[in-house]
Amino acid sequence: MGDLFTLPVLLGIIYYGIRFATPYLFAAIGETFAQRSGVLNLGVEGMMLMGAYTGFYVAATSGNLWAGLLAAAIVGGLMGLLMAVISVTFQATQGISGIGLHILGLGLSTLLFTTTMTGVATIIGFPSIRIPLLGDIPYIGDILFNHNVLVYTAFLLVPISNWILYKTTFGLQVRAVGQSPQAADTLGVSVKKIRYITVTLGGVLAGIAGASLSIALINVFQENLTNGMGFIAVALVYFGAWRPYGVLLGSLLFSFVNAFQQWVQLKGVAIPADVAVMMPYILTIVVLAFSARRSTKPAALTKKFERGEA
Amino acid sequence: MVQALCRGAFPVQGCLGGDGAMSELLSNGQPQIKEVRAVNIVKRFPGVLANDHVNFDVKAGEIHALLGENGAGKSTLMRQLYGLYQPDEGQILIDGVEHHFHSPKDAIKAGIGMIHQHFMLVPELTVVENVALGLKSSRGFVLDLDVVEKRLCSLAEQYGLKIDPKASVWQLAVGEQQRVEILKALYRGAAVLILDEPTAVLTPQEVDDLFITLRQMAAEGHALVFISHKLHEVLAISSRITVLRDGRVAGERPTRGATKEELAQMMVGRPVILQYEMPPLNCGDPLLRVEDLIVKGDRGVDSVAGLSLELRAGEILGLAGVSGNGQRELAEALTGLRPVRHGKVFLNAKDMTHASPIQRMAEGLSYIPEERMKDGAIRDFSVADNMILQDHDKSPYVHSIFFDFNAIKKDAKRLVEAYNVKTPTIDTPIKNLSGGNIQKLIMARELWRRPNVLIASQPTRGVDIGASEYIHQQLLGQRNGDLMVESAAVQRRLGDQGTVQSEVQGLLKKRRETCLATLLISEDLDEIRALADRIAVIYEGKIVGIVDRDEATIEQLGLMMAGVSKEEALAIKKPADRGGESTH
Repeated sequence: MGDLFTLPVLLGIIYYGIRFATPYLFAAIGETFAQRSGVLNLGVEGMMLMGAYTGFYVAATSGNLWAGLLAAAIVGGLMGLLMAVISVTFQATQGISGIGLHILGLGLSTLLFTTTMTGVATIIGFPSIRIPLLGDIPYIGDILFNHNVLVYTAFLLVPISNWILYKTTFGLQVRAVGQSPQAADTLGVSVKKIRYITVTLGGVLAGIAGASLSIALINVFQENLTNGMGFIAVALVYFGAWRPYGVLLGSLLFSFVNAFQQWVQLKGVAIPADVAVMMPYILTIVVLAFSARRSTKPAALTKKFERGEA
Repeated sequence: MVQALCRGAFPVQGCLGGDGAMSELLSNGQPQIKEVRAVNIVKRFPGVLANDHVNFDVKAGEIHALLGENGAGKSTLMRQLYGLYQPDEGQILIDGVEHHFHSPKDAIKAGIGMIHQHFMLVPELTVVENVALGLKSSRGFVLDLDVVEKRLCSLAEQYGLKIDPKASVWQLAVGEQQRVEILKALYRGAAVLILDEPTAVLTPQEVDDLFITLRQMAAEGHALVFISHKLHEVLAISSRITVLRDGRVAGERPTRGATKEELAQMMVGRPVILQYEMPPLNCGDPLLRVEDLIVKGDRGVDSVAGLSLELRAGEILGLAGVSGNGQRELAEALTGLRPVRHGKVFLNAKDMTHASPIQRMAEGLSYIPEERMKDGAIRDFSVADNMILQDHDKSPYVHSIFFDFNAIKKDAKRLVEAYNVKTPTIDTPIKNLSGGNIQKLIMARELWRRPNVLIASQPTRGVDIGASEYIHQQLLGQRNGDLMVESAAVQRRLGDQGTVQSEVQGLLKKRRETCLATLLISEDLDEIRALADRIAVIYEGKIVGIVDRDEATIEQLGLMMAGVSKEEALAIKKPADRGGESTH
């Protein structure tokens, strides 16, 4: 076990921990907006898969990574819009419609991949950009300031979304709609409009989260590429108490645990590989068990809204 | 909404104070609205005609009371004035110009504000955030909470409504939350303010404060609509009264000269008894004794903190207090639903401190819970099923493991008839019954079990005046050992058969042997004063004092409810002219 914690190893774990926090951050920040407005979107995983496939396909066929990213965002947004139609307009039970969207995304991305992309195995994703000056700091420069554009964007998204939630009229409306839709309604805030916006935004970010895997981080696509990351993202929103900085903390924690367990496997430490792989998921369960009764939970989460029921 | 943006940015103009001067511009910088008129309003809901050609108007400078029972159509009418519903027929005129409101946004823009019975506040947000919600910011996308706070504070000062703008709403007392609601409407430029049952949740002192504010606003030229079903409050605050009954206007009166009896009759459509007969007590053994009881509340603090009381056979002991002072926890501890941390509970001189609810029921305890739909009945079960909730495993309803549906039906029919529960059939799910009838059913079930101790928690909250009157009469009837209602119903059902006599006599005999002791927990002081022999006031989990029925005035009780000791409260002389009570 001695050479498990040498400096290069530690630096490697931190580097990969930060790098692979990216998809969690995109997906969980998007989900934070949806849940803050009262909609539990369990379809994140399916939206990520569709984003991952679309981004990969468009990037591979057009040769343009940005076009792939844009396509992934649009497809994710469309799935978010579908979720909004089902759960906001038709008032279907949110948990069930989310599961439906997950299965749709899983099946459709697999089908499209096997019919359109036989042969393509990998592409060259977004390159790392070393930030001038900061990137030259020993150790820290390598760990923090030598990532690709999506990693930087994901981390920038945290303060931006925090600012939107707490310092803008839109953010105030989102918080109000998730806590007390009746009150918001009587003040002329459209509950439906706000929920449509947040759920669609959540879809866009989930699509980007998926694409970050397929065209920026691991640069491949395969069936069920995300392997539960979307569900972990939903759990991270609970873990983070519906706050962007809490979500950041959770994303980093999970990502570090993941990087660590991969390293453990790579080094062939005497833990069965299956047990190592389970670690992030066990952490998810533990975290959910302890954060389910958080008082900051939006009071109207998963509740349907109809005018005049007060 | 553009207008609202401008309003948000403008400084408040002119301060009139409470000197009664009328001006074109109100204190919130808003032009007066001379008159709002609803003409021939018709509103239908599936199966109900909620408003049937209703005419209603309110003028600047007046407080117009809208009186009626639950379900009479008051809130429906006002929700149309506020854009929450759209009328099926009829017009809404503001200063003679017809308006169509598609949402509250339109009504707010036109200068109408509404204070809802259940406050429309977001508890997790601060006062300022609640006020700013839905307004256009002077900085576009970015919130301008500092601007809002400044204007809010100057409004609060002008209208004499003290408030901490940075506090989270959930931390505020109910009266303070109401102030936030009023300020929210004023901030949005309300010239007309609709108040839907604004006193329902307030203490008597908070009601006084509210009335002062409302009178000041009317004097300044605001037009106010005051919705209520409390007669004395309507008489105390309004200048004009419109009564709604079954969706129609039953009459309109100037308040001067109107009497409680007349108004009650207009509301219900028949004469109503407002004062009950209370023959003196004739029983007296203590049936329920509570010693130094300590009970933990949901948040982990001691909600009942060393409470003692004694309930004697044949009496109704009223427990008065502002909601949240331990009443619910006490009721749950007495009925075995919440563990007791310290102290003793004796039922019929037996120590029942840690007994299960079933053991207590067997000892003759009955309970009418505060939340009737949550704790008192099962929504989707039928009337008959709800009736046998406690006794479903006992004879005659069950033989071995099978129900005897004939026995169940027989008793359910009897119960429904005896207690005047209005239901299509005994197989109807109770969620289809009105609140008053559900409460009658629960009361019927609990009394049918022939208890000797009854805990009745808020028995008439949210129940209309007709059903309230009935429930009150039943509670009093039990106290007085009166079996008239029950025996008359039995007689009706059995006709001339020979069994009548013996059955009725049997009932009477049983009843005389047991004199029911009732603990009436209520936030409605009028109810307590009408029914109770003695009144115990609870404050922060302790009994502040116990007074006899006529010993204390409403004001003195109100002081005790705020924690003032009995001696101090009774020493304060009653002011000459206060509230509705004394003036009418």
